Amino acid sequence: MTDAAVAPLLVPSFKVPAVTTERPWVRVTLITLAVFFLVVFLFLPLVAVFVEAFRAGVSHYLASITEPDALAAIKLTLLVAAIAVPANIVFGLAASWAIAKFEFKGKSVLNSLIDLPFSVSPVISGLIYVLSFGAQGYIGPFLARHDIQIIFALPGIVLATIFVTFPFVARELVPLMQEQGTQDEEAALSLGASGWQTFCRVTLPNIRWALLYGVVLCNARAMGEFGAVSVVSGHIRGKTNTMPLHVEILYNEYNFAAAFAVASLLALLALVTLLIKISLEWRYADQIAASRRH
Amino acid sequence: MDARVTNDVNSAAGGALPLSWTARWDRPMHVNVENVVRIFGATPALHGVSLDIRSGELVALLGPSGSGKTTLLRILAGLDIPTAGRVMFDGNDALKLTVQERNVGLVFQNYALFRHMTVLDNIGFGLRVRPRSRRPSRKEIRQRALELLDLVQLSGLEKRYPSQLSGGQRQRVAFARALAIEPRLLLLDEPFGALDAKVRRDLRRWLLELHNKTGHTTVFVTHDQEEALELADRVVVMSEGRIEQIGTPDQIYDTPNSPFVFSFIGESSVLAVRVEQGKVWLDGTPLDLPAGDVPAGPAYLFLRPHDVEVVDDQAGAISGVVSVLRRHAGLRRVDLEVGARRNRIEIELPADLNLDLARTVAFRPRRFRLYPGAAQTTSS
Repeated sequence: MTDAAVAPLLVPSFKVPAVTTERPWVRVTLITLAVFFLVVFLFLPLVAVFVEAFRAGVSHYLASITEPDALAAIKLTLLVAAIAVPANIVFGLAASWAIAKFEFKGKSVLNSLIDLPFSVSPVISGLIYVLSFGAQGYIGPFLARHDIQIIFALPGIVLATIFVTFPFVARELVPLMQEQGTQDEEAALSLGASGWQTFCRVTLPNIRWALLYGVVLCNARAMGEFGAVSVVSGHIRGKTNTMPLHVEILYNEYNFAAAFAVASLLALLALVTLLIKISLEWRYADQIAASRRH
Repeated sequence: MDARVTNDVNSAAGGALPLSWTARWDRPMHVNVENVVRIFGATPALHGVSLDIRSGELVALLGPSGSGKTTLLRILAGLDIPTAGRVMFDGNDALKLTVQERNVGLVFQNYALFRHMTVLDNIGFGLRVRPRSRRPSRKEIRQRALELLDLVQLSGLEKRYPSQLSGGQRQRVAFARALAIEPRLLLLDEPFGALDAKVRRDLRRWLLELHNKTGHTTVFVTHDQEEALELADRVVVMSEGRIEQIGTPDQIYDTPNSPFVFSFIGESSVLAVRVEQGKVWLDGTPLDLPAGDVPAGPAYLFLRPHDVEVVDDQAGAISGVVSVLRRHAGLRRVDLEVGARRNRIEIELPADLNLDLARTVAFRPRRFRLYPGAAQTTSS
């Protein structure tokens, strides 16, 4: 048809910008600003950690992270995370299950209690354990009589870490579980599934991505927690020093290279958790999309 | 998408039911609900509801939202517990049974399919969670799920996830999943509520065929009277936690026993009238309509807008002035202002009838119902 050849000429040739597009100078300014902040506040510090860590050479770096006190700090940090994270998975699941799927008195109180660790300074979080379990604390004398050491020992560090990282799992799960409602569970029960089967086969798969995300955040915070742990740990080298505490001690002793070496390990652990999360998201993109869409 | 799969709702569900999964029970369940009361906090949702559901019957619970129909369904399913009353399954106390023990197939309005499972895994779920002693082998479960998929005419979609299906397809998967556990009672909560009109009509016919084939005692909840009348053997009309009327679709439509049922089912027009001397009076003039056994006093005259005939002689007929004319498919809807109080009522007349605004039209209802009523009328 002749019209087809003519028509393009009649169409005005200027580009029609999308309604949601900003003017070029606005775009350039906003993007520059965002990149600037990213570089200065996120990227530069991260690079600085690794640059400083290797300033004194690779051998010094290796020596700093393999000396006995550093190794003990690494072990303690991993151990604390290995206890605190599973504990908070259980607590977080139980709390969000209760809040999202049941109606009971005091539900809103419980819901805001979960946020308490976020609103309280970590130092206070540590202090409450010292006041409760310490020698001068309420049940300190009882614990002392029975030779149970909580403060300035592993149990105290674990307790403080659990307290500080408690909201991460629950905060991820509650909104999702509330949104999903109870109909899937009711369907499973009516099909003959027991409560436990329903939980494992229906509830858990429905929330697994949010749970994973909560666990990643919880783990990052558990390994990096400083304030609360600092109060309850007692800073005993090679015994109750976690990695962040060890970094601080080294730094205060002007042993910058060693401090940054251990810090770089912490940063590396954080990066690894992030990478695991990204790769899981990438690998299961279909399922994640399906579970959100449906 | 596979055209065969999307279109075959329309083709009747032909073929015999695969034998391997046909009911293991001899007879569909007989359900008896006696004086069931359910109170949520201080608000009663059901005030003493009694209902007998015969074996193999397809019963509709029909009512506006808040009428208690879903509460009753959830009580039958075991997802809710009545405050008082009894529920009997084949003469046995069902309230002693847990949800799992009731062996009830439940289909939700929003399907509630397990989104992380394929269609086949969804259907087989009820069999996979059985205790080992009663659990079929993996091969058998797969086989049975495939048969059910065939029954609901979705063969070929077994590997899809729910999010990859259309609404109508999801609903049929939900049916197949409920049927997989060989339920003795099928409960459907607004089964077609979330679907568009065309799919609803197709699925209705499909459900009727499925019911005729499988013979389950089936209870479904709906607020759509058309759906209830078209599908059900008997319709239970509910309002505010009470049963208003139980009857066949014909009984419900032709002889509604209360103004509520009349106005809830189908379209209706109402006139405030008086009954005197065995006759119906409108504004002091007698209508040529027998009052039957309705006591003297104020009453309401209910009629179906389509069930009227226009007459030339105004004596004994209802006459009114045309105030609005609307074309509605092959008919014309006419708003008439009737009587001195200019009561507005709607009737339907053939579209080819010559009508103008402000003209007076006289008509006689072919069928009508009179309900004695408190004098909400302003005068008389």
